[in-house]
Amino acid sequence: MPSELSINPGIELRNAELELHHFQMRLAIAAGFVLLAFLLLAGRFFYLQVVRHGELYTLAEANRIAIVPVVPNRGVIVDRNGVLLAHDYSAYTLEVQPDRIANLERVIDELATVVEITPRDRRRFRRLLEESKSIGTLPIRTRLSDEEIARFAAVRYRFPGVEINARLFRQYPQGEMFSHVVGHIGRINQREVERLQANGLWANYRGTDYIGKTGLEHQYESTLHGTTGVEEVEVDSGGRPVRTLSRTPPVSGNNLVLNLDARLQEVAYEAFSENRGALVAIDPATGGILAFVSKPGFDPNLFVDGIDSQNWNELNTSPEKPLVNRALSGTYPPGSTFKPYMALAALAYGKRTPQQTINDPGYFMFGGHQFRDSHAGGHGIVDMHKSIVKSSDTYYYMLANDLGIDAIARFMAQFGFGAPTGIDLAGEATGILPSQEWKMRRFNQKWYAGETISIGIGQGYNAYTPLQLAQAVAMLANGGTAYRPQLVSAVEDHRTRDRAPVEPHQLRTLNLKREHLAVVRDALVGVNKEGTAARSFANAPYASAGKTGTAQVIGIKQGEKYVESRVQEELRDHSLFIAYAPAENPRIALAVIVENAGFGARAAAPLARKVIDYYLLGKVPARERRAGNDDASSG
Amino acid sequence: MHPAVRRLERFLTRNIDGTLLGIVLALLAVGVVVLVSASNLNAARVTGQLANMLIALAVLWLFANIPPHYLMRLALPLYVVGLCLLVAVALFGEVAHGARRWLDLGVTRIQPSEFMKIAVPLALAWYFDRHEKTLRLYNYGVAVAMLLIPVALIARQPDLGTAVLITAAGFFVLFLAGLSWRIIAAVGIACAAALPFVWSALRDYQRQRILTLFDPSQDPLGTGYHTIQSMIAVGSGGWFGKGWLNGSQTHLDFIPERTTDFVFAVFAEEFGLLGCLVLLGLFLAAISRSMLITANAPTLFARLLCGAITLTFFTYAFVNMGMVSGILPVVGVPLPFLSYGGTALVSICLGFGILMSINSHKKLVQT
Repeated sequence: MPSELSINPGIELRNAELELHHFQMRLAIAAGFVLLAFLLLAGRFFYLQVVRHGELYTLAEANRIAIVPVVPNRGVIVDRNGVLLAHDYSAYTLEVQPDRIANLERVIDELATVVEITPRDRRRFRRLLEESKSIGTLPIRTRLSDEEIARFAAVRYRFPGVEINARLFRQYPQGEMFSHVVGHIGRINQREVERLQANGLWANYRGTDYIGKTGLEHQYESTLHGTTGVEEVEVDSGGRPVRTLSRTPPVSGNNLVLNLDARLQEVAYEAFSENRGALVAIDPATGGILAFVSKPGFDPNLFVDGIDSQNWNELNTSPEKPLVNRALSGTYPPGSTFKPYMALAALAYGKRTPQQTINDPGYFMFGGHQFRDSHAGGHGIVDMHKSIVKSSDTYYYMLANDLGIDAIARFMAQFGFGAPTGIDLAGEATGILPSQEWKMRRFNQKWYAGETISIGIGQGYNAYTPLQLAQAVAMLANGGTAYRPQLVSAVEDHRTRDRAPVEPHQLRTLNLKREHLAVVRDALVGVNKEGTAARSFANAPYASAGKTGTAQVIGIKQGEKYVESRVQEELRDHSLFIAYAPAENPRIALAVIVENAGFGARAAAPLARKVIDYYLLGKVPARERRAGNDDASSG
Repeated sequence: MHPAVRRLERFLTRNIDGTLLGIVLALLAVGVVVLVSASNLNAARVTGQLANMLIALAVLWLFANIPPHYLMRLALPLYVVGLCLLVAVALFGEVAHGARRWLDLGVTRIQPSEFMKIAVPLALAWYFDRHEKTLRLYNYGVAVAMLLIPVALIARQPDLGTAVLITAAGFFVLFLAGLSWRIIAAVGIACAAALPFVWSALRDYQRQRILTLFDPSQDPLGTGYHTIQSMIAVGSGGWFGKGWLNGSQTHLDFIPERTTDFVFAVFAEEFGLLGCLVLLGLFLAAISRSMLITANAPTLFARLLCGAITLTFFTYAFVNMGMVSGILPVVGVPLPFLSYGGTALVSICLGFGILMSINSHKKLVQT
């Protein structure tokens, strides 16, 4: 075109033509740039939609579909009569996702204007936050009322990262009475996560917030927990489920049926009144645990959704030590309840005959040291029967000296003293069954003959759990068979209700001569009929066997006298009692210890009477403040 | 046909370019189809946008019937008023979402920066046309100042997207007016040298947007989230897309701003590469037709204005699709005809109206 125009020259027109030409050049360059840019876009679309299509499509599907675990219902725990000891209930909780919230304190303050959040809730939440450190949600409030749910729903948009969820909560309707048996669950902590991962169980805990922490809840975790189900749901960008695509239902955990009798437990627990102590009652024919008390207990419900620091400190620092399971991990000198086993040892080793007598002047001299009898002036002429019925110390000082420490240890080991019983509960203490070898191992010292003397009356290094005492007396009751103590009697299928019984597990049978056993068992009946526990068992419509015991907490110096009123309460003697009934065909064997309550006959024996009365006769004791009873001079 | 009807038809179509209108209507139709899906079948949104479209088409018709010399007379006053409004915004503007963009006039709220998208190229085209015979370097300097003053005011609101678009529009005028290559190169080098200073002047969120462009995964839950999710949406569409109303990224709310700035992600997910190429083709057709009008425009003013309108339209489309597909940073630029919203739609149709007016009035000017 320009060449054509140049034929007809004219400065202005020529200028204009030149300018137009320039402009059109520039426009062509711009057009080229546009084309290039669009080609770049087309290339980018091709790259994303064809080259990377597979990968990005997968990501879109991963966005869309969430695999949501469906948490199984936890099995319930019931006593032998079906009384609920642990179960779940459904409740609404207000939950917070800490990692989605910048200023937690402010959000919680704002939430508090919508639903009630108590200082206790806040303390508990802080504790959870410190412990968990993990992703996921933490409850700030539990058990919301319908009105609170409605109020929150109206302002929900203001609280991203806060939601209301329906959750199952564990409840322990019997409260502190069973706290040491049933135990409690709590939120899974980091250590438990690692353990579950190491055992390959972590997948089954997806979505589960709780795990058994103590007691049966811990011991039977795998039975109670069940199998987690899976739901494939379509979710939106906020993670809210839109619809379900597929579902594998969870399998609920199985139920535990216990040997325990909840009402017996209650009778026993109440019988302790204000006292501390422990009681273990066993069915001597099976090893099934009928009652398992550690007093004081604590309210396990406090632990379920995380205990707040104030309650925790109270429980943890209380001088009464409510968190200690006395029956399982408390060890005590057995005191005179050791004597029947000593007598059996004497017969078995041929060191005494039942008729052989000694003179009890009220003390025993050994190596220039005077071992006093707790009964001032002694019991005079004493044979084996009388030694048990009246609880002569001098008889057993002499006997211990004649048997020697290793023979005692060998014999006592057969009754399970100083060894874990194998009960279905974790945390069992071993106790101490002293021997030369034990002392060398423990203190790297040799045994002194003088140390054997007080072993004979259940003092010295002797230290056993109430559970061991109960297992041993159950063996006296059943003629010498050791059963593994068993809390759970059956596992019940959650759906079919079929029960798979846990068979009694026989550990060993002692080779005791029948006539030897008869001597001791006669003497134990004598204790309850005319001996140290006679007043406690006065007018009982059944024959029973028992033995009182008093365990020293502090040593009394030579020449001094123990005067209870002068000793601080927590240093006073423990009151013990072992028993079984009916004497001929025993259905219950038990051991009781009442801490710092003095003679065995005074506190422990009456307590045992109430328990046996209830178990054999169904008699519920009147609730009196204290069973003041002082029918014996010796424990 | 009744003569009255014929007269009406003539009145309505006299200054309308049929080809360009056809392309615009096709793009508007695509916009409605996508919006139905992107809004999750929200009838209120769709009818709202249909109303916006009618208004925009009315504006298009109106401007197509305004002869270019009226526009030329209006250029300077419009620019001055716009500048005053921008200053007023800086002094008395309302803050929304951390930016001071709105001016409350009592009866209505206006966003002067939107208005400047047309006023700036208009004023620059007028300025070059006025000095057509005596263009010197000095004139380019004045033009740059005319451009940079409003851009600076808008950038500090802050409104990066609009500032970028107006700068682009102004640059296109300068470029088409024949700014020498040497100066372009020199300014380019100077800009590169100034980058560190610009960087330090940027707001945190602006820096963040640029940083995450290079690595969206750096901040997958924050600023990178938009880009990652829209790239997933685009890529998961594949060759043919998931089908209308079937985009999971769209309907499960993973695409942010899915009816406005990110509407292209919805389109790409549901219509795939094929749909994307068709859409690119439509945009390219609109640009080609506009360039043809530009090339044949009678005066320098008309040429520069048409060129600026055309290339600004291109910039909208390119920046938006580039940002959604992850090759440009996330700046608030809508996709012409597809993004929900009246303002952008009206200003784009206004531009096409001016194009049509210039196209139809050229004979009048020439004779």
